[in-house]
Amino acid sequence: MTGRLFDRLLFTLVAIFLAGPLVVIAGVSINEQRSLTFPPQGFSLDWYAQIFTDASWRAALTASVTVAALAALLSLMIALPIAYALWRRVTAFGRLVQLLGVSPFVLPPVITALGALSFWAAAGFYGQHFTVVISHAIFFTSLPLVTLVLGFATIEREMVEAARTMGASEGRVFTTIVLPMILPYMVSGFAFAFVLSLNEYIVAYMTVGFTLETIPIKIFNSLRYGYTPTMASVTILFVAVAALVFSLVAWLGDLPKLLGAWGAGERK
Amino acid sequence: MLFAFFVVPFGTMIAVSFFERVQGGFYQPAFTLDNYARFWSLFFGRVLLFSLGLSALVSAICVVVGVPFTRALTRLSRKAQVPWLIALLCVLSLSEVIIGFAWSTLLSRTAGIGNILFALGLVEAPMSFTPSFAAVLLGMVYQALPYAVLVLYPAFSRLDPSLAEASRTLGAPPWKAFLSVVLPALRPALVATFIVVFVFALGAYLLPQLLGRPQHWTLSVLITDQAIYQSNMPFAAAMAVFLVIASVLLVTLTAAIGRNRVPQ
Repeated sequence: MTGRLFDRLLFTLVAIFLAGPLVVIAGVSINEQRSLTFPPQGFSLDWYAQIFTDASWRAALTASVTVAALAALLSLMIALPIAYALWRRVTAFGRLVQLLGVSPFVLPPVITALGALSFWAAAGFYGQHFTVVISHAIFFTSLPLVTLVLGFATIEREMVEAARTMGASEGRVFTTIVLPMILPYMVSGFAFAFVLSLNEYIVAYMTVGFTLETIPIKIFNSLRYGYTPTMASVTILFVAVAALVFSLVAWLGDLPKLLGAWGAGERK
Repeated sequence: MLFAFFVVPFGTMIAVSFFERVQGGFYQPAFTLDNYARFWSLFFGRVLLFSLGLSALVSAICVVVGVPFTRALTRLSRKAQVPWLIALLCVLSLSEVIIGFAWSTLLSRTAGIGNILFALGLVEAPMSFTPSFAAVLLGMVYQALPYAVLVLYPAFSRLDPSLAEASRTLGAPPWKAFLSVVLPALRPALVATFIVVFVFALGAYLLPQLLGRPQHWTLSVLITDQAIYQSNMPFAAAMAVFLVIASVLLVTLTAAIGRNRVPQ
């Protein structure tokens, strides 16, 4: 019984720790006055409205969403053939590529960022907006790669064999069996990459920081001139988007399994 | 594609680390070891040691908190785990900018703990807890804890529950079963978590700036500073190469220790 009590205490403490800063930020974001005080004084949603009415915040929001959507799409397109090839046949080269796909995510991000900066500068594209999309796509390829490898593992080979013996071509097998089965994994891979790209700062800053302002860059730049409640409201908006996306992933598929637990009923 | 945009930039960075700096923020091809020599000074040595120590501390805290937490989490029903996993992923996806902003608000004089303590009458005047070392540490643990839990999660949720049960039926109290049976079985996962969090913490570049004083700045902060504000790319690249070497060495070392200790 003491074990249960201990667990419960632990859950409470961790929940307070994780939620604490966000609760304060949420409180600040509904302050009536233009000040960062907590507990909030008065109630107003003006700071939320400002994200969409203030031209510079709106521009940053558009930039962030565009970059994140394109980068996530691109990372999915890089990861899909790698995962597909790995599923069809595991080779040493395939493993190497897989390792390469995961490595940008394991190194300190400042290294990836600096690498990207020196590369784009050398190539003469420094500051062009597409550079951040490509850099983010590479940086986050590991996420769809991981989910897709898991997704391919769920496909029963017998089914594919059966389809082949019935005379289905490789392309037909892919579109009628493989694709529908890995679609949820594609969606979650995209979702992970999208949310992380949305919040990514250092790579974005080092590639397009002076020509394009994404939300994290804008928040950081604003921090230098003091705090405004709009930063708080945009933070809460981003957390809400992340919560929504991850809930969607959980609803679409098996979240514990995606994160590495055994599938439901799979455990012996 | 991966090769072109990851391996090549990495190579470019290594090349640039040997280049010469030209006044005005540019650099020219050359082969010089000056950037490395400059790094080899007392000041940067101290910064490197501080970075490594801070990262190790963050890792240790994350493992100590993360292990019992993940264990408790995986004992919940699958359905009950999902909201926790969503919450962890949400915190995980927060950028350093937002975490730094949130904690500096929470620890500030006007909007946070200081104010609440004042309202409760525990302190004489609202006070601020940032910038301080504790603030940097708190922020970094906040950022790294979800990582630690998610790395531990597969190992714990795949752990065979009969393992602990067997030792309990043999008469071991639960805590003893945990320490002598469960933990050793998970040692590789624990080592992996320590390493992942360590490297992750080594990469923190904003939290020390936002929550700490200049003496709390880590190597990643200096790299960013040199690259962007001092426009000294070669020096920044040299430091980055050094950081990679240092982290790879440590990771290999820790992994070796972890492997040797696994009882067979």
